[in-house]
Amino acid sequence: MELLFILLITAVAAALSLIPLGKRFAPLVTLVASLAVFFLSIQAALATLRGGEVVAIQDWLACDSLAALILLLAAFVGLTAAIFSWGYINAIVEPGDVRKIRRYYSRFNLFLLSLLAIPIFANVAMVWIAVELTTLFAVFLVSFESTPQALEAAWKFIVLTGMGAALALFGVLLLYWGLRLGHPGAFTWTGLLAAAPKMPAALRNTAFLFILIGFGTKVGLVPMHTWIPEAYSQAPSPICTLLSGIETSAVLYCILRLLPLFPRAAVSRAGMWFIIFGLISTGVAAFLMLKTKDYKRLFAYSTIEHMGIIMVGAGLGSFAAHLGAMLQIVAHAITKSLCFFAAGATLMATGTRNIPAIRGLIRISPLAGIFLMIGGLAIAGAPPFVVFLGEFSILKAGFVHGHYLVIGLLTLFIGVAFFSIMYQINQMVFGSPDIILIDEQSLFGRSTLPGRNILPPTCIIALIITCIPVIVCGVYLPDQLYQLLHNAAAVLGGYR
Amino acid sequence: MSDPDLLFSFLTKLNALTGGVFLLVAFGLVAIRQMLTCLRLYVFQSLLLAISALMLGYHYGSIHLFVVAGLTIIAKVFIIPWLLRRTVGYESYAKREISQAINIPASLLIALAITIFAYFIANPMLTAAHAGIFARVNLPIGLACLILGAFTVTVRREAVPQLLGILAMENGAFFAGIAIAPTLPLFAELAAAFDVLIIALVMGLLTMKIHKTLGKTAVGELIALKEE
Repeated sequence: MELLFILLITAVAAALSLIPLGKRFAPLVTLVASLAVFFLSIQAALATLRGGEVVAIQDWLACDSLAALILLLAAFVGLTAAIFSWGYINAIVEPGDVRKIRRYYSRFNLFLLSLLAIPIFANVAMVWIAVELTTLFAVFLVSFESTPQALEAAWKFIVLTGMGAALALFGVLLLYWGLRLGHPGAFTWTGLLAAAPKMPAALRNTAFLFILIGFGTKVGLVPMHTWIPEAYSQAPSPICTLLSGIETSAVLYCILRLLPLFPRAAVSRAGMWFIIFGLISTGVAAFLMLKTKDYKRLFAYSTIEHMGIIMVGAGLGSFAAHLGAMLQIVAHAITKSLCFFAAGATLMATGTRNIPAIRGLIRISPLAGIFLMIGGLAIAGAPPFVVFLGEFSILKAGFVHGHYLVIGLLTLFIGVAFFSIMYQINQMVFGSPDIILIDEQSLFGRSTLPGRNILPPTCIIALIITCIPVIVCGVYLPDQLYQLLHNAAAVLGGYR
Repeated sequence: MSDPDLLFSFLTKLNALTGGVFLLVAFGLVAIRQMLTCLRLYVFQSLLLAISALMLGYHYGSIHLFVVAGLTIIAKVFIIPWLLRRTVGYESYAKREISQAINIPASLLIALAITIFAYFIANPMLTAAHAGIFARVNLPIGLACLILGAFTVTVRREAVPQLLGILAMENGAFFAGIAIAPTLPLFAELAAAFDVLIIALVMGLLTMKIHKTLGKTAVGELIALKEE
């Protein structure tokens, strides 16, 4: 029943957020709701550890280990984003504009609802609808600041992902056709798995390609990635964490679900597509990071890079590589949240998104500087952090099975990405303190003098909460989490 | 020839005709510059989708397809045009689109190539699935309209035709869908119809916001975010 409650609570919170009861009411409701959702999803995840699959409504709402992992991450990122939003949204809307705050939280909850629905829905057609709704609910969050740039970003976002969704819809309908040909079961992931041996190969392959390309636009695979840097640079930071940390992984989860449908002999061909798209995405993103002049764009490209790494890990096809990919999904979700929160803190402290304009951030705002440095190191894949663990296990798994070319290229791209991120972050964090405002007006109407802008306490709390797992999971994974990752990787059915 | 056979052959021919006109409308969306005409074409295309669903529903004896036809007519023939006129505003429709990324004869030629390509993709699937006569018409045409819609979005620079391109893509997917997935759960069908409505609403509102803020809706010319 947890699953039903998770959806209901978020939906109710979206409605309650619209009630005009002062400017603290909507954030408080959102916070309480996301906290409840977080505990319920922990419960659901633990239940999958005990019983394999949690079913709320047969054939409609159900969660296996892989889905529970995505659900847990969505709930965690949703919780921290709700905490961070409190201070951040207060800072960016004009004082007294309570309506805008209410509207923000209502849309935030709806967006979170659609994200939570992706792993919870069992019917594939409903999953497609949930994915489409993530776009539709997020559009006005991306254009929240109503600047011409934000509107342009929102338009590109909806046009590209709308096209992708239509292509994926065709793929989903083909899957349904294939299911009906030899099997009377329900149109769920498990039903598909049961029907897979009887499904004609031509149908399955075409459906796979349409879904890969269609949902690939949402995941941000190169060359369908162009909306990602634009939307991420314009959206408010807490929305970026949801878009980057969860939305991408949740949609990627839908693509990963297709992998077990292929028989052993054909899985390497599907895996080949994963590896090709993954390597291209990782490589292109790694080099684009070197050139960019906006730190939110930097993290956007890093999202594309990490999706590429996960795709390669999933495509390698061995159980160990799948385990690495699962770990990388977790690592990316929590670390990228930290990065975008730190980016939001930096934006609040300096008022600009321009990398060359900021020098000596560590003295302008020590907290923003320290967290940006930790986030940068962690996302680039420096050793003690959890991203390193994920990347290392993928590389090792590929190496053991002799995919030397793929692993060589991946290592090269990860190296370039590491260099790019550290080069850009170093430039901002160290040096003598200075903010050069070139073209952007001072945001938030706050002081542009160094050291004057103090971060709101809720933002600091959100930063600390996300920072803990980023550091801890790098050296120690709790047993239950490891077991969950293990079961989730087993769902993908890789060879041992 | 007995009566049901006659009816069957009549239905297949009528469905093929509907499919042909459906494809023609997709070509029209690529090329026609008058925006109000584009919107009318979209409505006409949705109507054709509903007609095809009715015929298939009669043939398969499927209540699902009758519901699909009803939902399509309510959502796409009545509500969406009304929504788009309300949100986008009349002045945006009265305009003609001046510049396109590719000129019209060239884009029609590409559209033709896309259609042939769609048949090329659809054929192996139809053979593998031993598809019936309706799927043989609807699948390739739906697929062609899906890709043509994507092509429309890329060559058009104005917001309204881009929006209609995306909606036409969904129409194409459903045109194939009614033949290959006639028994999709009703709840999913309802949700999908609702979903299309939200797409139209959200994109219409966004177009209005862009029009208000920037004074134009030529979204293809927005370059504020280009990186040097």
